[in-house]
Amino acid sequence: MPKVTIDNITIDVPPGTTILNAARMIGENVPPAMCYYSKLKGSGGKCRVCLVKVTKTSEQNPRGMPKLVASCVTQIADGMVVENITSPEVVEARKGVVELLLINHPLDCPVCDQAGECHLQDLSYEHGAATTRYDFGRRTFNKIDIGPYIQLHMTRCILCYRCVYTADQLTDGRVHGIINRGDAAEISTYIENIIDNDFSGNVIDVCPVGALTDRTFRFKSRVWFTKPMNAHRNCDKCSGKVTLWFQGEEVLRVTGRKDQYGEVEEFICNTCRFETKKKSDWVVEGHRRIDTHSVIAQNHLPYELDVVHPQIEQAQ
Amino acid sequence: MIETTNITFSPERLAEVQTLLKRYPEGKQKSAILPILHLAQKDFGWISVEVMDYVAELLDIQHIEVYEVATFYTMFHLKPVGKNVLEVCRTGPCMLVGSDNIVKYLEQKLSIQDGETTPDGLFTIKTVECLGACGYGPMMQVGEKYHEFLSEERIDQLLEGFRQNATQP
Amino acid sequence: MSRLKILTEHIDKPEITGIEGYIKHGGYRAVEKALKKMQPDEVTEEVKKSGLRGRGGAGFPTGMKWSFIFKGNDKPRYLLCNADESEPGTFKDRLLMEKIPHLLIEGMIASSFALGVKTAYIYIRGEYMYILHILQKAIDEAYAKGYLGENILGTTYSLDLHVHPGGGAYICGEETALIESLEGKRGNPRIKPPFPAVEGLWGCPTIVNNVETICKVPFIINEGGETYANIGIGASTGTKLISACGNINKPGVYEIELGVPVEEFIYSDEYCGGIKGGKQLKALVPGGSSVPILPNRLITKTAKGEPRLMSYESLSDGGFPTGSMLGSGGFIVFDEDQCIVRNTWNFSRFYHHESCGQCSPCREGTGWMEKILHRMEYGHGRMEDIDLLWDVQRKIEGNTICPFGDASAWPVAAAIRHFRDEFEWHVLHPAEATRRNYGMGRSAEPIEQVTA
Repeated sequence: MPKVTIDNITIDVPPGTTILNAARMIGENVPPAMCYYSKLKGSGGKCRVCLVKVTKTSEQNPRGMPKLVASCVTQIADGMVVENITSPEVVEARKGVVELLLINHPLDCPVCDQAGECHLQDLSYEHGAATTRYDFGRRTFNKIDIGPYIQLHMTRCILCYRCVYTADQLTDGRVHGIINRGDAAEISTYIENIIDNDFSGNVIDVCPVGALTDRTFRFKSRVWFTKPMNAHRNCDKCSGKVTLWFQGEEVLRVTGRKDQYGEVEEFICNTCRFETKKKSDWVVEGHRRIDTHSVIAQNHLPYELDVVHPQIEQAQ
Repeated sequence: MIETTNITFSPERLAEVQTLLKRYPEGKQKSAILPILHLAQKDFGWISVEVMDYVAELLDIQHIEVYEVATFYTMFHLKPVGKNVLEVCRTGPCMLVGSDNIVKYLEQKLSIQDGETTPDGLFTIKTVECLGACGYGPMMQVGEKYHEFLSEERIDQLLEGFRQNATQP
Repeated sequence: MSRLKILTEHIDKPEITGIEGYIKHGGYRAVEKALKKMQPDEVTEEVKKSGLRGRGGAGFPTGMKWSFIFKGNDKPRYLLCNADESEPGTFKDRLLMEKIPHLLIEGMIASSFALGVKTAYIYIRGEYMYILHILQKAIDEAYAKGYLGENILGTTYSLDLHVHPGGGAYICGEETALIESLEGKRGNPRIKPPFPAVEGLWGCPTIVNNVETICKVPFIINEGGETYANIGIGASTGTKLISACGNINKPGVYEIELGVPVEEFIYSDEYCGGIKGGKQLKALVPGGSSVPILPNRLITKTAKGEPRLMSYESLSDGGFPTGSMLGSGGFIVFDEDQCIVRNTWNFSRFYHHESCGQCSPCREGTGWMEKILHRMEYGHGRMEDIDLLWDVQRKIEGNTICPFGDASAWPVAAAIRHFRDEFEWHVLHPAEATRRNYGMGRSAEPIEQVTA
């Protein structure tokens, strides 16, 4: 199996593995990922926060790559040497990308339902600057209800395209997409068609920020005050395996089961997510283990995390 | 302004669409989206949601796929425009030779601002980025035609010409 | 002296637009020769020998690009002609397509033959719709004469050629964005690899070449790659169309043999004819808006004091600190009355407008640069804006999916590098800056009077 060295740690990985997934296998110094989502084909490459430096391309080609590369879409080659946080250039570039991602973000975390489980929040905490140098007006949009269950708050969107891939790959007849261009681009249904599909709710789970939120959960609680429990039910549309978020005995929301990278293990249907919110609808299995880095882990026992086995992308 | 109540191509146009579709392999008919949007804009004046939906039906693709494309490319007017859209190039090389003054002159002459349409519906001013006429500026495009080496006198003549054309049946 | 014109020798003859006139002046000989007397690989070999480099801007060797086309599967292969000419300062392909459309068609046939292509497309920017009609007419004529379609000239080779309009997006000049656009999608550049030569249009092996590049192929087939390689200078072989614009006496498109001194190109009557109104030359963007701007003292001579020539190597001599690039040959000349801050703002507005918005540094950064530059130009700049601007462009450059990010960053970087005093003056004299221009400044310290 090809060998790759990331931040001085060497690992053997199957051919076709990306640098990011190799780093996830190592489990240390994993580059952040805002747009890549291993369960969504074609995702990745856009947000540029996972940039790394390849100092040696392969055993055959000892030269490095001229530019930083997106680790989520760059496949390893035998003998490749990669620098992530050991490269000052990478750290600097990542800081730059985070700054650019934030210039038009409202930073309204105190009133955002995603707060506490927001990847942009974590990213800016880890890589962002303490102050902003951007003193122009920020891009804003009106909030749009996309059907009874989902709200789109485009102002917070970082255009990762994950929700578009989700709609493309989980539902037939995608009705939302990216319209307009450049920094005027937005996720939209254009004429605000209602996303009416059994799996539409998954766009909430894949959204790395608070742009797509669950209307049935809005302002019910802060996520760190809720208690995640794995549960299942017999469902004819999906696996029925979910995480229930409790406050006391009340189920405040239902999501897919998210791993330490924030990716759901399996996509779930809207019936499970929105329509079965009584505890009696479910067989509760036990605590959902949450990454101890997350504030959600506060007030809960720090469980050992399940080991994530990154899904290896086959060379196209 | 052309009303977009009846969104259907004429039989001749539909034949043209069929010819266009044959240029791309089977199953790749989506490729014809830009040429068809151009035809639609020619016939219907601007690209309304109804027009986009019609194009989606013609191509047998999702409506959103047309919205995504039509809003990406700046040649498509997503709002009603005047009969003559005066698209003035404002990019570097044209600016060096005075495009700013041309825009100002047009705005003053027609009493509208960039992006607006005259009340009689005859003219819309739209500043655009480089049209590939850098050596022949200042310039503007009206319909398919390039008008180059513009001066105030030349603009007067052109506007007069457009007005006369409009009064002819 | 009369110069060698490979592309434009007959361009002023009105009959050359039609197929009869084109044939009368030696047209379609390359198709006859290639299809009847050569093997496809021999054509590629001649193009390799010619040293022809892509004329769209990057200057990548064309023969080498062709040799990358993947032949290991049964998928159809495609040749796409990039006629999405939209780099500010560049208007050369337009001349070829408008005046001598059959040259492009002949080049497309011969190149398609070399690559084993059965269907080829010319992707032309939508604004050039009137040229699309000219090309369509020429294509129809070529079909009628048997140069296109089934069994061309009685050989076993068949080719279909179509012309396809864009819809107004500079980014579609990037080859993978062009492919996406031709597939009927938004012009978002693809992440490479896979490269188009392996997986391009509809997942099939695809080569994308600029109009001028393709138009060089007939000459190379007729006269041989070596003949072409003997024209020009060093690795800058052959001729190049330069579209000259800005404050010069004779704007227009000129075919030059690579290696002509920049000084001669600007001042001789054969070309630009000097600066309009007898003014001083302040700055030059030699290769389209995205290449670094050069101040007066680095235009006619390199930093080493050698004459600056119109070639890939000489124009880039000194790297970014003191050089620029030949790029697409969009030659923009600035006289002493031009404001560098205003022009930089104008260019950054262009890049802000044209960013596809797919990846974050470019989507967010181009808008930020435009806003800062706008503030400086309109008298609200601050001294720290200059460093901020420098920092923002640095965070875009090299960090994006496609070269557009670099293209938006370079003009800003070069303007600050060479004209920092002018930016400072704008900050220190906001009111005055709105009334008058800075003039020549320190960046253009006097050099000896240059004459034709």
